Amino acid sequence: MHGISKHFGLVLANDQVDFTLRKGEIHALLGENGAGKTTLMRILYGLYQADEGEIKVQDQPVVISSPKDAIRHGIGMVSQHFALAAPLTVTENIILGTTSGLNLNMEHAERSVREASTHYGIQIDPVATIRDLSVGQRQRVEILKALYRDATVLVLDEPTAVLTPQEVEQLFISLVGLKEQGFSVVFISHKLHEVMAITDHVTVLRLGRVVGEVPTKDTSPNELARMMVGRSTFGVTNKPEDNGPHQEGLVLDRVTALDNKGLPALREVSLIVRAGEILGLAGVSGNGQTELAEVLAGTRPVTHGRVKVFEQDVTDFDAQAMMAAGVGRIPEDSRANIIGQMTVAQNMVIERLDQFSSRGYLDRRAIRRYAQELIKEYQIKAFPEDHMRTLSGGNLQKVVLARVLAQKPRVLMVAQPTRGLDVAATEYVRSKLLEQRSEGAAILLISEDLDEIMQLSDTIAVIYEGSIMAVMPASDATPEGLGLLMAGVQQT
Amino acid sequence: MQEALTTTFLVGLITATLRVATPLVYAAIGEVFTERAGILNLGIEGIMFLGAFVGFATAYTADQAGMAGYLWIGLFSAIIAGILMGFLMAFFSVTLGVNQHVSGLGITLLCTGLSLFGFRLVFGERAVLPSIDPFPQLSLFEGIPVLGDIFSQYLLTYVAFLVLVPLSWWLLFRTSLGLNIRAVGENPEAVDAAGLSVFRTRYLVLALGGGLMAIGGAFLSLAQLGAFTPGIIAGRGWVCIALVIFARWQPVRAMLGALLFGGVFALQLRLQTMGFELPFEIFLALPYLVTIAALALASRHVSYPGAYLKPYRRE
Amino acid sequence: MRLQIDKLPAPLWMRSLIPVVSVVVTFLLTSGFVLAVGANPVEAAYYFLLDPLSNPVRLIEVLVKATPLLMTGAAVAFAFAGGYWNIGVEGQLYMGATAATAIGLQMHDFPAWVALPLMVVAGFLAGMAWAVLPAFMKVRLKIDEVVTTLLLNYVAIYLVGAILNGPWRDPISQWPQSPEIAASAIFPRLIPRSRLHLGFILALVIIVVLWFVLSRTSFGLKMRAVGFNLDAAYFSGIHVNRVIMTVALISGGIGGLAGASEVAGIHFHLIDAISPGYGYTGIIIATLGSLNALGVAAAALFIGLIDTGSQTVSRALGVPAYLGDVLQATLLLVTLAMLLLQRYRISLRRKGSPQTE
Repeated sequence: MHGISKHFGLVLANDQVDFTLRKGEIHALLGENGAGKTTLMRILYGLYQADEGEIKVQDQPVVISSPKDAIRHGIGMVSQHFALAAPLTVTENIILGTTSGLNLNMEHAERSVREASTHYGIQIDPVATIRDLSVGQRQRVEILKALYRDATVLVLDEPTAVLTPQEVEQLFISLVGLKEQGFSVVFISHKLHEVMAITDHVTVLRLGRVVGEVPTKDTSPNELARMMVGRSTFGVTNKPEDNGPHQEGLVLDRVTALDNKGLPALREVSLIVRAGEILGLAGVSGNGQTELAEVLAGTRPVTHGRVKVFEQDVTDFDAQAMMAAGVGRIPEDSRANIIGQMTVAQNMVIERLDQFSSRGYLDRRAIRRYAQELIKEYQIKAFPEDHMRTLSGGNLQKVVLARVLAQKPRVLMVAQPTRGLDVAATEYVRSKLLEQRSEGAAILLISEDLDEIMQLSDTIAVIYEGSIMAVMPASDATPEGLGLLMAGVQQT
Repeated sequence: MQEALTTTFLVGLITATLRVATPLVYAAIGEVFTERAGILNLGIEGIMFLGAFVGFATAYTADQAGMAGYLWIGLFSAIIAGILMGFLMAFFSVTLGVNQHVSGLGITLLCTGLSLFGFRLVFGERAVLPSIDPFPQLSLFEGIPVLGDIFSQYLLTYVAFLVLVPLSWWLLFRTSLGLNIRAVGENPEAVDAAGLSVFRTRYLVLALGGGLMAIGGAFLSLAQLGAFTPGIIAGRGWVCIALVIFARWQPVRAMLGALLFGGVFALQLRLQTMGFELPFEIFLALPYLVTIAALALASRHVSYPGAYLKPYRRE
Repeated sequence: MRLQIDKLPAPLWMRSLIPVVSVVVTFLLTSGFVLAVGANPVEAAYYFLLDPLSNPVRLIEVLVKATPLLMTGAAVAFAFAGGYWNIGVEGQLYMGATAATAIGLQMHDFPAWVALPLMVVAGFLAGMAWAVLPAFMKVRLKIDEVVTTLLLNYVAIYLVGAILNGPWRDPISQWPQSPEIAASAIFPRLIPRSRLHLGFILALVIIVVLWFVLSRTSFGLKMRAVGFNLDAAYFSGIHVNRVIMTVALISGGIGGLAGASEVAGIHFHLIDAISPGYGYTGIIIATLGSLNALGVAAAALFIGLIDTGSQTVSRALGVPAYLGDVLQATLLLVTLAMLLLQRYRISLRRKGSPQTE
């Protein structure tokens, strides 16, 4: 790829990017969130069209105007959010678009999928429904899907974000195997240690531009970090020392709850978070974290068990009552839980309109003033009248943080707070959490990012299939140990 | 009251049920395909209305011009009109990606307006409603009791139950096209990433759906009535929307739903003549109330197609 | 040079042109139909748009025609703004008309200051009552309100037909129309010897209340939040079910008011054609008005203009009056398309190197 540039409105996502992939190599495309890695690969796959630049496959210039062209040139892509149809089977998803003519012979298709599975060494069950598969299995389906179409180039976008450490190892083994068979892999990531572990070459993007391209063996994490963000270390936060035992801030006592389908999601979850402590809940997504967050948010009822906030029983309190009891909630997907079409100011007050209205009539001046105060205090780059959906990920998360922290919560429920944020925003969020910790809040941090859990938590718990596998002081935790627990391996 | 349980009554009821259900089978299957691809087409009522009008007006004109097969010309024109309206809906909901509720209702209002306008235009103001000789009924088992009566239906009815329903099932579940359609309705990104065109699939189902809906409407004017009245569709399109949910987007269940509505409708017609002291309008309202009740009873916790109502854009 | 389309809001001057452009495009598209009758499209446009404004009598007629439209438009806009697809305004109107007639027939011995408020309240409550079932089914059973509200329209119309052919059949003329309501129940005229009645004031009040609730009250903010993003609203602690129910009921009530107004102000009987589709036109008006009070008012007046014009068009040019319906539906669709354009900024850019699109 040579001289690729791409605009989205006023934003320059890719700026004269050159990217070369050699045959039989695993090439990392490294950069922090928002650097332009996904954009570049989506251009390669034909989902976007570049404004400038050209693409060459095996030295021949090609036009890729849609995924159909990309597939024809042997390019396959596994995106971060899998492109799978959940109610359909593995086979149906894999053969989608490969069959011509009208008739569909399912047995024939299943057989050929099984053959491909053995051939490439990627184990899956052709007749399983996607909905019933784990995240790791779904990823394997996606990879097989690309290989089934005779891809010689595989693009993997942040493939390890949703995997346990053991699954990551499995993936790496598969990738090395594919490399030896002559496939070429583009490995998009922002995780330095993975890049160092498995790749042959690294291209670093920063703010849409290529800032470096080196063979992996010739570089170091520090150097890569420097290229990625302009500093040699990043994301290191200093946790102040904890002194003495504290009051029980948040207590979950054998909490049991169902998911949206009526199946058990939480099984007798018991956790204690003390004032001035961060308890990090680690686990692969889909093991009950979402439901737990919703219970604490007041949007999901509990079937058994109790929840207490500083001695007050808040079991089955709704959202308003939870907030009144001093629970601050940072939701898993902020963008989905704010009203994009409403203004910053409106979003800041929407959780507590009664405080800003008298007898139903809104005090718009007070709302505006409140918003301006919070914007200043939290350095949010936006105006009160801006529509929320125009805000960047970082600023959006700041708004959510601001509206929650301004209420001086005694308990904080924080889910995936830095997902998708760039380094600066991530640091800001984490520092704010540590600040709240110093001020005595009891914080439950639910995160899929093990690094984040290990950096911020005083105590770490692991959730697997709705049950707490273990609780331990952070000092006793290791990534490998946590990885095993996350995968359901009970340690004796 | 004794009549209720005689064979004659039941046979008559079944025969009528099949006939009344026919337009619903066409239109509901058309909507099944459409919603399976993730689009709600509220233009269904209007397209049925337009199909009824275009079919009738063309057939009448062809008849006046002395053409043989004028009914088939009418049916064919109705199908074309339905397909065109399907394309129009596709333009709004797929290409432009506007709100599907409003664009669908807009199309219904447009088709209704066009049909009424067109009727005035073609026929002017008349004291007597223009009419034509409708499609004949085909008796398959002439002379045999029970079967002979039940199987005295219009060709379009036989086609609906014996050809369209199984064909639709096969198309949806046993062909590549059907797989495409289902995938588009669940996760268009998967389809796009696989190299297929989401737009093309959606345009196709909307055109197909439009054509089928138009046949449903044309059946009423060309076969059942042999005439066109403003009340010819009377909400059957909306009933089909309910039926599709009730049928969980499956062709065979949709057929059963159509039979349910048809049965209640045929029943209330008969009940009207049985000396109940209720105004006939109450009977007419019965099928609609039954549809609402069916929704209430059988449609909780239904899983809509994953991409329902969401226009697709490569973000 | 090529066209570059960016996802940025279009400049303000372009956006304010949208209604004008929509109208022009609509008339262009429908001119074919006018030509088909052998009439002159420009003349037709004149009769539709300008003639009704040309003399006081016609102008008053525009306001008369706009009266029920202001109300059904407000009813639909209110519901849509809250995320509730109330397509049942037509049925709610019919029920409101029926209830008002029921009251009106009993008011012979009561003065106007008793009869009129009772009529209005009855209309509102009946419309609300007709909206309960679909709202309940949505909130409790999670069943989509589109079909339920629609089907109830037909039930309402049949119900009114049954009543008019039965207990309320006019004993004198034997037509399916009710006896005349009491004189005290008739809406007074705003301008003597004209058709403009109290309903128009009522409609304006409703528009003002709509504006007030949507933009100045906490409920308005809550319901708009529900309309934009139900999950986020729920997360924010808004009692979503309560909001939906309230929105549905109020919307139904306003629809009922429209029915009461037509009976008390125009027809003085309940007739089976009390509404030539005002409920559905309300959807057009709500959309043209972008769901805000001022827009709804402007759209309702505009449609009232076209409705008045269509009668003249049919009389003067021999074009079937249904052209008005075609016009309105086309206007809706064209406006939908135009509203979309305002989200994009279109500019010319230099062409890049060979591989670009």
